[in-house]
Formats: sequence, structure tokens, C-alpha cells
Amino acid sequence: MKKPPVKPVFSSLEALFDEIDPSGNNSLSTAVKTDRRTFLKISGAAGAGFVLAFSLGGKVEAASSKRRAELNAYIRISPEGSIFIHSKNPEIGQGIKTAMPMIIAEELDADWNDVKVEQSPINENIFGRQNAGGSRSIASNWDTMREAGATARGMLVQAAADRWRVPAKECTTEKSFVFHKKTHRKIPYGDLANEAARLPVPLDGTLKLKDRRDYKLLGRRISGVDNYALVTGQPLFGIDQALPGMLYAVYEKCPAVGGIVASANLDAIRRLPGVKHAFVLPGNGNEQELLPGVAIVATSTWAAFQAKKQLNVSWDESGASKDSWGELEKRAQALGNQPGKETLYEVGDVDAAIQSSAQSIDSFYSFRFVAHASLEPQNCTAWYRNGEIQLWAPTQSPGRGLASVANTLGIEEDKVTIHQTRAGGGFGRRLVNDPLCEVAAISRHIKAPVKLQWTREDDMTHDFYRAGGFHSFKGGIDSAGKLAFWQHHLITFSHDGEKPVIAGAPRQPAHEFPAQLIGDFRLTQSMLPLKTRCGLWRAPGSNTYAWALQCFLHELAVAAGRDHLEFLLELMGEPTWLPPKNLYGLNTGRAADVIKLAAEKAGWGKKLAAGRGLGLAFHFSHAGHFAEVAEISVSESKKVTVHKVTVAADIGPVINLSGAENQCEGSVIDGLSTMLGLEITMENGRIQQSNFDTYPLLRIRNAPTVNVHFIQSDNPPTGAGEPALPPLAPAVCNAVYAASGHRVRTLPLTKEGFFT
Amino acid sequence: MPDFHLTLNGKSRIIKVDDGSTPLLWVLRDTLGLVGTKYGCGIAQCGACTVHLNGAPIRSCLLPVSAVDGEEVLTIEGLANKDGTLHALQQAWIDFDVAQCGYCQAGQIMSAAALLEQNPNPNDMEIEGAMAGNYCRCGTYNRIKAAIHAAAVMISQRGSGK
Ligand code: FES
Ligand code: FES
Repeated sequence: MKKPPVKPVFSSLEALFDEIDPSGNNSLSTAVKTDRRTFLKISGAAGAGFVLAFSLGGKVEAASSKRRAELNAYIRISPEGSIFIHSKNPEIGQGIKTAMPMIIAEELDADWNDVKVEQSPINENIFGRQNAGGSRSIASNWDTMREAGATARGMLVQAAADRWRVPAKECTTEKSFVFHKKTHRKIPYGDLANEAARLPVPLDGTLKLKDRRDYKLLGRRISGVDNYALVTGQPLFGIDQALPGMLYAVYEKCPAVGGIVASANLDAIRRLPGVKHAFVLPGNGNEQELLPGVAIVATSTWAAFQAKKQLNVSWDESGASKDSWGELEKRAQALGNQPGKETLYEVGDVDAAIQSSAQSIDSFYSFRFVAHASLEPQNCTAWYRNGEIQLWAPTQSPGRGLASVANTLGIEEDKVTIHQTRAGGGFGRRLVNDPLCEVAAISRHIKAPVKLQWTREDDMTHDFYRAGGFHSFKGGIDSAGKLAFWQHHLITFSHDGEKPVIAGAPRQPAHEFPAQLIGDFRLTQSMLPLKTRCGLWRAPGSNTYAWALQCFLHELAVAAGRDHLEFLLELMGEPTWLPPKNLYGLNTGRAADVIKLAAEKAGWGKKLAAGRGLGLAFHFSHAGHFAEVAEISVSESKKVTVHKVTVAADIGPVINLSGAENQCEGSVIDGLSTMLGLEITMENGRIQQSNFDTYPLLRIRNAPTVNVHFIQSDNPPTGAGEPALPPLAPAVCNAVYAASGHRVRTLPLTKEGFFT
Repeated sequence: MPDFHLTLNGKSRIIKVDDGSTPLLWVLRDTLGLVGTKYGCGIAQCGACTVHLNGAPIRSCLLPVSAVDGEEVLTIEGLANKDGTLHALQQAWIDFDVAQCGYCQAGQIMSAAALLEQNPNPNDMEIEGAMAGNYCRCGTYNRIKAAIHAAAVMISQRGSGK
């Protein structure tokens, strides 16, 4: 097979990370400005109703890429009264398909029951960025969606006013009707659709957005738009797709990443029942696209699974991973006692502070790799015909998927079509589109429609893992019991010896807590070589930094003989925004408010029985300020029971209260599941865990009560899918200390002898 | 090609499958196109594939289709009431906005439906016991519990119907 040219820019997860998490960019640009003149009303064929098209999200990258800011979303009101709203971003369980249309419906004064949500096709030239990652969808489209709804409403009002011959300002709207209260008249939106379509789009400055206090829909609990289909078992997911004459494929890759196929018993496989094809794919040299492997195509998923068990591949592992967790851990522990290889950020004079501080403590924290383990194993369906390919894909980054598939096949992007399906969980795994590339290559090879299904074992052993790592701290307390200095040596991994693995180290060390808040601070880094693939995992970076930082801070508070709450608030100091007016910068005022709220709601300081304790932690990430308090018990035999977790959050005004609460509850339970007992280890490059028997997720009986409290500030709304997760692990570990006096410095908790 | 007879969602069906050892899960999904029942692990750990066999919840990923010959199978697609209204659990799942990604939820609802058949008014412990085999990777456990309690109330208020 001819190797197509590699276009790394499209497949680099780092580039995607920049896109979804602007806190790592120097530009820190966040605002998407809308200009009402970019709204365009398209009045289609006579009687088709009213269509208002507008642009979502595409503008941020307009200057730096070929992507154009075009009209990519719409509101369509049919004469029958249905209100169709486009949703352009993937739905992975974060609730965006419900939340975005709610914003439009609010300003439109639509009756939510009239609203139907349509999922848009994938075309980043038209739709701009189409990702689910970084909790950014809401923040980057807030203004545009409100303006779109208000514009459509204004035009419907004008149409009614014209018909009634009354001034538009005497008209009001509610639940998809325009009212003229003086004369007791009302008209449903549907009846006005054709007339509104003939009106010009209102000029800038003539429409007023609602005051938050007047919201009727936003902030309420709204059930997800796909819920009926979900509870009746309709085919929504990638795995549910079927095509006429479709075959079923599996793809076997080397258990140690980097291995290539030397030989395989293909003839024997071809003779197995139901097997239609068995062949080797050489890979395209890009581990985020197509690794070398053996494809088996059969008449059913089961026949393909069975044949895979009979497959015997001899792998050439000369270039493959030999990673061993045990070795890496030993080397890291030795490095922990030494200064870091390079300094990432330094302020003040830490060496002088070490000499002069009243007391100092040292601490070494270690945490392991974890997998994404979304419940729907990776899969994709594809049909390659006449030089073009269509894919039905449960992906978080369909736009990148187009480029990756085109690159894998060596065809132009306009020959690739991706249909978005619902995804059974993402957590960052589906930002990489390797299953799409695999099935594309398989479909082209067999010239037939085919569904590629990874087994759970494939999914767990060929993930892009959240990297493990190590933090070696030295912190000091002055004679007044205040935090005096902070020295932090981060030990992470590197694939190339030059830069850390993705999310392995802070990308903006000067903005990483608590660097912004203290005078004498030093962060250094050392890296160990690694081949195991790493990726973005819910709240990348923050999901582990928060644990180590907020636990060590508690250690210092204890050493200073101070109450943790009071110590944390003192550190926040006067309300400051760092850097000012930047949505992705820490606002110590908002931080203090959520910390106080969490403490109050959880009953901080209350008397507890022996063996029971409260633990507090705060973390700012993805523009969300979150504080959490865990109430737990630890028995003599080290059995841990997490009774209750109190979450206090400021993510601006809440769009869908049900969705936001669900994301917070889910983040707490995901965080707990992960910290209690999950780990991925490798030996000779091979991942040691392969299914849920060795990677046991938390079950219902261990789920704590989760109480969520929002401070609905006037800041722009930001996402809830990630920032609730980071504070959970430190809150629980700080509670373990409070309950038992045992300081947890290794995750998962089972490594220190705890169980649930 | 062996034929298997079963009562599937209330209708009697004859199913042709090449290999009688094929798990019921894949017969439902690939042969019959009933894709509401999900694959999550294939080793009876996650519960995504839960269906009812003669009223009892089972993991269809490990059960060969030959073992259900002559038996009654109910899947999520057949759970709604005969008059087309949703089962109380399906309605409660919507009312409580339980799902996040939703992938586990068909299995959750089937486990819960079997529980309520046996025990119309379960307490938290009983719910935890009956739902122990169902993972939710997204962490919707607390809503699942609340929705089961609500469905139990709904069923008792509606009398014998669901
Ligand atoms: S797929 Fe059957 S229990 Fe997981
Ligand atoms: S809702 Fe996603 S696994 Fe349960």
C-alpha cells in the first residue's frame, strides 16, 4: 500500500488540546464576538416558514486557518409551529444537545415543547469547530445563541405588529405566541413564520437581550432531548448503526505499542465459520490514526470475535514499547530526592525562604495511569465506494476525524463524510479518531460496508491513557503559621525526550495553583522516557495536579496547626482576578465564595464520631471555580465509606440545572471510582488490565450522596463536564486524614491498603 | 442452520443462527436488529446487556442462544405497556433526566424492571442489591435510585398496571 503523506498538524492531540483548552495558550482569547449583520435569514420556497441562519463558534480560528466564519446553525420555524434548532457539536453525555437549544429558545420565548433538535452534519468549513472537549461549547457560543434567539423573536414580533397594525413595542411574547395584550389578541409563531421570513433582519442595537432574572427556561431542570429514544432502546449510538449488506470487522494490533506484524495464520482464519476476509494492514506511521495490525471481517460480530481468538500473530517488537511501571516507579522515586532537571517557573527566592522559614515539610506523591473505559467500546461503521467514504462515528472530534481519515486513505477531505452518532461516553478518548481510520482502511480493502467493533479488551489495552506521575514537594511555614514557600518537583514522562507527554505537566506554570498566590515559588520538572500512548482524560492535567497540590496544602495547614478552611481562604487573600478579566484565569473572590459555601453546606467544623472526617479541596479549571467537601468514615481495617460529597460551584449562570447537576454528580462519582481502585500498569510494553474484572469501576452501593450548590454569578456561563472532577480526590484524601490520621500519598487508594 | 424458537417481547419467533453458541446479545443485535441491548464487556461484569429470561434479569453477553430455545425473552424494546404507554420506569427515567451518555441505561432499566416485579416497594439497600451488576461509567447511580423509587410509587398509584 502506498503511504500517504503524513499531515501531523491534523492528528496531533497537542493541537487539539490547545483548541479545546485555551488556558494553555498564550493568547488566552476567549470571547467570540458576534455581529448581527452576520445573521442571515433564508426564506426558502414559499410557505416553508422562517429560517434564521447564523454562525456558531467558527470565528475563533478564522484568522489562523482556512476555516471560514460562515453561517452554520439555524432556527427554523415551520408554519405548523414546530421550532427546529440545529445542534452542531457531538453529544457524548455532556448534555450539549439540550443545553445549546435551550439558550436560543429562552431568547426566542419558545415553548420548549415545540422545539425539535436536529444534529448537524460534519463540515468544519461550514460549521467551524465541532468538538466535545474542554467544557467549552457553552462559553464560546453564549452570546451568539442569545442574539440568534432574540433576533428571530424580534422578527416574529414585527410580523405580528404589521398584521395587527400596532407598534411592535406594544407586543409581548410567551410560549411561542406573540401577544397584543391591549386588544387581547395573540398569534402562534407558526402562523407568523412565512410573514417573518419576508422581513429584513433587524439592525444592531435594536434588540435587547433578557436580563438573567427574567429567564423562564434557563436555570430550570430540563430533561434531555434524546431521553425518550434512550429509554425505548432506539438506535442512537455508533454501535447501533447498520447498513445494507454490512459486514463485521475486528482489528488486532500489537499488545505492545509500536510492534509490527511479522506473520499471521491468515489462511487458518479465513477457513473459520463466518469469516469473509483476513488481511494485514501495514499502518500509516501515525499512532493516532492507523497502527499496523490484522483485520478479520466476518458475517457477524460474534463470528469476528471468535475468529480473533484463534488468531496467531507473530509481532516484530524491535521498535515496540518495553515500558514497565515497576521500573518507572523506582526511577521516579530516586529522582524525587534530587532537584528537577529543568525549571518551569520560579518567582521570589525559594532558597532563601527555605533557610529562613520556621518549619518545612517534604512529601512525595505518586499516581498511576488510568484508562477512559467509556462504556461503549470503540467502534465505527464505514462504506467506501467510488473513491469516497462515509462514516457513522461516535467521536468527540469529528472535524479532526475528517482530516485523519483523509490522511489515512490519501484522499481529499471533501471525499470524506462523517455522520455523527451519539457516543456512549467520551471522557477524552474519542478525541482521537483511530477507530475511524481503521474502519476506513478496512472498508476500502474489502470494498463493502463494514462495522468495526473493538472488544472491551481492545479498548482497554489500546487506549490513550491518562499518564501517571509523581510530585515531590517541599513547603514551608513561617513563624506566624502562614505559607512561606512552595517548591515542587514534577516527575512526568516524555515520548521524545524534549517535551512532556500530553497533559503531563502544566502548560502555563505561572497560572497553575498556587504559583499565582505566593511570593517564593519554584516548579521544576524531570521526565522519564515512555512509549505508552497518552491522551486527554476528563479535566486533563487538573485531574491529577489538583489531588497532589490540594493534599499537600492540607499537609501544610496541619503542620502549621491551622484550620484547613481558614488556611485556604487566607491563601486566596483579597478578591483578585489573575489575569484580570480572563475567563480562564483564577478569580480569588469567586474561589473564596465557593470554598465558604461548600464548607457551610457540609457543616465544616461540626462534631463527628470517631473514625469519621471531613475533607476539603478547591480547584479552578476549565473556567470553573469548584470547592468540594467529602464526609467519610475509615474503619480500623481501613475500609473507606464515602457518605456524602458537597459540591459548590461557580460556572456563571446555569443553563440546564438538571444537566449541570448531573455533570457534577457524575464527575464526583467518576473521580471517586478512579481514585479508589483504578490503575493501568504496563509490563514489557503490555497493558496489564484488559476488562472490568481487573479494572473495576465503582458500583451503585459505593456511590455517595452528592449535593450540588451553584453560585449563579453574572460571569459568562462555562461548562460543567470537567471542573467538578479535580477537587474530589484531594477532598476524599484530606477526609481520610481527618478520619484516620493516615496521609494518602499514592493513588489509587487500594495501593495504601484501603478498600471499600 | 439450526432454528431456535422463542417468545421475544411477547411474540413467538423462529430464529436462524449459524452457530447455536452465539450469545443471545449478538443474536438480538446483529440477527434481529434489536440494538437497545448493549455490549459493554462480554464477561458479565457491566450489565449493559441485561434482558429478562422468563422474567429474571440475565446478562445476554454470555448466554448462548441455544440455551434460550423455547423460553421467553424480554428486551428494552418490548418493555413499554401493551397500550403503547411507557413503563413507569421508562417514564421515571425521563422525568428524572437520569441518562448522561445513556449507554448503560437500557440495562439499568431492565434490571430495575425485574426488581419491581419481585419487590414493588424496594428500599435503598434492596435497590443496591438488585442493581449491583450494572455499571454506569457516567456515574448516574443516585438518579437511578431516585427514579426507581418514583416508578414504584407510580406503579402503586396506577394499581395493577405499570
Ligand atoms: S456486556 Fe454483558 S455484562 Fe457487560
Ligand atoms: S449514562 Fe453513560 S454509562 Fe450510564
